[in-house]
Amino acid sequence: MIPSNFEYFAPKSVPEALSLLNKYQEDVKVLAGGHSLLPQMKLRLAAPKYVVDIGRIPGLAYIKEADGKISIGALTTHYALESSALLKQKCPLLSETAAAIGDVQVRNRGTIGGSLVHADPAADWPAAVLALNAELKVIGKSGERTIKAEDFFVEMMTTAIQPTELLTEIRIPQLPARTGSTYLKMHQKASGFAIVGVAARVTLDANQVCQEVSIGITGVTSKAYRAKSVEAELRGKKLDSAAIKQAAQKATDGIEALADLHASSEYRSHLSRVYTRRALEAALSRVK
Amino acid sequence: MPGRVHVIAIINGEKREFLCEPLQTLLEVLRDELKLTGTKEGCSNGNCGACSVVLDGLLVDSCLVLGVEVEGRSLVTIEGLMGSDGLHPLQKAFLENAALQCGICTPGFIMAAKALLDKKPRATEAEVRQWCAGNLCRCTGYDKIVRAILAAEKSM
Ligand SMILES: Cc1cc2nc3c(=O)[nH]c(=O)nc-3n(C[C@H](O)[C@H](O)[C@H](O)COP(=O)(O)OP(=O)(O)OC[C@H]3O[C@@H](n4cnc5c(N)ncnc54)[C@H](O)[C@@H]3O)c2cc1C
Ligand code: FES
Ligand code: FES
Repeated sequence: MIPSNFEYFAPKSVPEALSLLNKYQEDVKVLAGGHSLLPQMKLRLAAPKYVVDIGRIPGLAYIKEADGKISIGALTTHYALESSALLKQKCPLLSETAAAIGDVQVRNRGTIGGSLVHADPAADWPAAVLALNAELKVIGKSGERTIKAEDFFVEMMTTAIQPTELLTEIRIPQLPARTGSTYLKMHQKASGFAIVGVAARVTLDANQVCQEVSIGITGVTSKAYRAKSVEAELRGKKLDSAAIKQAAQKATDGIEALADLHASSEYRSHLSRVYTRRALEAALSRVK
Repeated sequence: MPGRVHVIAIINGEKREFLCEPLQTLLEVLRDELKLTGTKEGCSNGNCGACSVVLDGLLVDSCLVLGVEVEGRSLVTIEGLMGSDGLHPLQKAFLENAALQCGICTPGFIMAAKALLDKKPRATEAEVRQWCAGNLCRCTGYDKIVRAILAAEKSM
């Protein structure tokens, strides 16, 4: 049961949605798949007076490729992402992230945009967009702006988006040739969320030397982060198991790992190192 | 305060109209307004799958969908499964394989299994188990449920 009632709007266009957001400011919440917002409302963690359902706005759910870049509409469901043939071929990291979320019912409703804006510290998509250097397209009354994934996650459940703005698109820059990527996750058995989730992508040059590497880690601390020390250690190096193993030791450098009843801080840090190593090895094995 | 909203949807093949408060979930609308009490409530937060229904062809938890969200959409609930020739093969298989004890999880499992078999009529045991990850049963230990679904598959 949702304890407090609200007025419901189902706008048919982005401008219509934006004017509602502007009118009601702090009292309004956007509804996408509802799989984070409705549980929050049931628990009284959110009690909006107005709810703007963006599910009726056409043209916000898509997966497209143009000039090597992949663009994903914010309203695209986890299921659509999981089953996209384009992504399986071009960016398996995204298919694997989608498939690792919740269960069939959750993936059929939940959206990538909703997950990113909700910014649960144990959500999967934040790690993926960090590792892919994604750009998030946000639209407000005064126009569009683009936020880099790295600048998007501010704190636990807080992002750089304003309550009067909509996230409309996730853009994945072109992945160079000789790139491999993956997402690996240790599920919390009951909820399905990540105890640790590591998204990794590596790009090699013709001599097997690591040209570019990026690693996004979720579940470990209050927000998903880039494992910059690991990346710095690997860039310009010849990638082999020994180098990866050594670099992965730095997965939680500068990070305070959370402790809860599912995992102690030490265990989470340990898992981060193990999953970082495994993810890098898997990404490396996929370089073509 | 917000008023009740008028909604029209196709439910089990029939056009239905109802009034609901924005705060009512689809599960509450089905059970309290439309008296379709076959769909059950377990956790009410998307974890147990007892409230599973098929919305526009996709399996969803009706406790995490608002009633107002189904305007113009098409819905199948457990009540929509029985045909003119009696119980659906999945319903029969659940009975014949004793795949239920208290029965609270059963409508959700049957809807989940239906959504799977509509998509993949010859799903393997592993696929059945994987697919049903969103449905919890506190009584049976799952094995008989999986057997029932595989038996229904053979009979269909
Ligand atoms: C049982 C269960 C298990 C789950 N397991 C996992 C899991 O394993 N991994 C995981 O990552 N997640 C998991 N989730 C969360 C799930 O992925 C949610 O779908 C997701 O976090 C939110 O997406 P949504 O579309 O449902 O958003 P909503 O719940 O509709 O919205 C979430 C928040 O984002 C805002 N919002 C939504 N869309 C936009 C937009 N386009 N622009 C601006 N603001 C917007 C809303 O106002 C709200 O504050 C689980 C959820 C449940 C119920
Ligand atoms: S009652 Fe809906 S998932 Fe449990
Ligand atoms: S039969 Fe009781 S919960 Fe499944």
